Amino acid sequence: MNIKNVYTILANRRLTHKTWVMTVQGDTEAITAPGQFVDIAIPEKYLRRPISICDFSHERGEITLLYDTVGEGTEAMSRMVAGDKLDMLNGLGNGFSVNPPSETPLLLGGGIGCAPLLGLARTLKNNGKDPIVILGYNTAADCFGMETWFEEIGVRAYVATVDDSLGTKGFVTDVIREKGIKGEYFQACGPMPMLQALCTGLDFPGEVSLECRMGCGFGACMGCVIQTVNGPRGICKYGPIFRKEELIWK
Amino acid sequence: MEVKNESKSNALGVSLSGVQLQNPIIPASGCFGFGYVMAEYYDIDMLGAISIKGTTRDARFGNPLPRIAECPSGMINSVGLQNPGIDVVINNELPKLRKMFHQPIVANISGFSIDGYVECCEKIDRAEQVEIIELNVSCPNVHGGGMSFGTSTESIGEVVREVRKVVKKPLYVKLSPNVTDIVSIAQAAVDAGADGLCLINTILGMRIDIKTRRPVVANRMGGMSGPAIFPVAVRMVNQVAHACGVPIIGCGGVSSAKDVIEMMMAGATAVEVGAANLVNPYACKEIIEALPAEMEKLGIASLPEIVGIV
Repeated sequence: MNIKNVYTILANRRLTHKTWVMTVQGDTEAITAPGQFVDIAIPEKYLRRPISICDFSHERGEITLLYDTVGEGTEAMSRMVAGDKLDMLNGLGNGFSVNPPSETPLLLGGGIGCAPLLGLARTLKNNGKDPIVILGYNTAADCFGMETWFEEIGVRAYVATVDDSLGTKGFVTDVIREKGIKGEYFQACGPMPMLQALCTGLDFPGEVSLECRMGCGFGACMGCVIQTVNGPRGICKYGPIFRKEELIWK
Repeated sequence: MEVKNESKSNALGVSLSGVQLQNPIIPASGCFGFGYVMAEYYDIDMLGAISIKGTTRDARFGNPLPRIAECPSGMINSVGLQNPGIDVVINNELPKLRKMFHQPIVANISGFSIDGYVECCEKIDRAEQVEIIELNVSCPNVHGGGMSFGTSTESIGEVVREVRKVVKKPLYVKLSPNVTDIVSIAQAAVDAGADGLCLINTILGMRIDIKTRRPVVANRMGGMSGPAIFPVAVRMVNQVAHACGVPIIGCGGVSSAKDVIEMMMAGATAVEVGAANLVNPYACKEIIEALPAEMEKLGIASLPEIVGIV
């Protein structure tokens, strides 16, 4: 299977003080599930940059990527413009379950980790599910307006901010409590402390998307291996989505 | 058509201590998993050989994350020899690779004591899937104050001598570049019975995150690889080629067909490609496909004719 292609940037737009949205066009064949990621070659940088796929369309051959400018690689990405070419590995990782054991799966995002929930919500909707989305941010200034994207595909999205500047005060779990949402299965992506709190705190099953510094992104270097209850597993190849009961938290 | 293919494969073909390779390209240990993972992306049977993930007597989880740091024109890794241990490698990984790979397999073996090396090599020598043993002497000797086996003529001589006693297969010693005089280390390995040498392993390096004021990799330092170390590798291969009369597998920053030719001119009979696989999973495939045209441009009829001409 070919996973390496050249893509054309259609748009690259700033959403907040740190978050950008980029759409690219090219071969999407390697994408098999929401929650997979791409690995982008950045000019002048040796290693690729893994970025989760926010959404994709096989019909239009388009991929949407959300990213925060956190270092030299993503800053270089923010300087790219429509028409620029991008060398990307595509369809990496396992992706989220698209038929989870619940009719109303809870989709929980934290910060830039909200990104892959859009493609997931759309796929779940297509599969006859009725997902509930909760997006958590530190403050209103970090919120990139993703709740309206969910509304466009007919999915209700709640927002929580730690400093109470938007939506419910606190974390995504505070929304669950405040709105009396009954959880059966959760699918989450966000910072590690959030994922740990969800895996250890929620009393129903679920799955989380892990993030870490990677070497290759496709299982060759063992640069991103974690210990699981089933033994060592590479986040890039076996994950990035792990079931709650697979993970060991310190 | 058949004749053309035949002559083409002969032009690229090389021999390592009697083991025939259809071309000199070998994915380096640690940059290709146990091989079969890469078969998802292309037909790995086109490779000259595969050097499998470094294997030790006992299973090792390796070092904590993060294990990877970026450098200009390269990277640092501190994976810490993660592997499932020699028995699982022989019983599970090698048969799995053998099912889809019909070229020579190089087994990269590491240890932390002479006993560990000997036990591991004894077992791998009996594994029918393996053609060449590649001894990684860059690990610390836990009984020798933690100094790497590959950094003194005495300790490298001792480990190679003891391993030589128990293995019949071609024994290649993979040298660490983190030494004062690579030639004397190489000669000590040859004197102790190595059939060939592989060089260079990674160069010790370190990066610091100036925002968090902490080392980037959890293990503080790690092995640097990538194009940045290519000139060092060419220099060391050339020095060793002039001094020791054994076949050399050249390794370190090789990223293109041109690099392969340069490394062979320096004295390498075959060439390992490491970090390049991690930024481009098709790196070895693209190099092999580019070699004939590059040879034609340079007036090279067959690769063995350029080995060590500089």
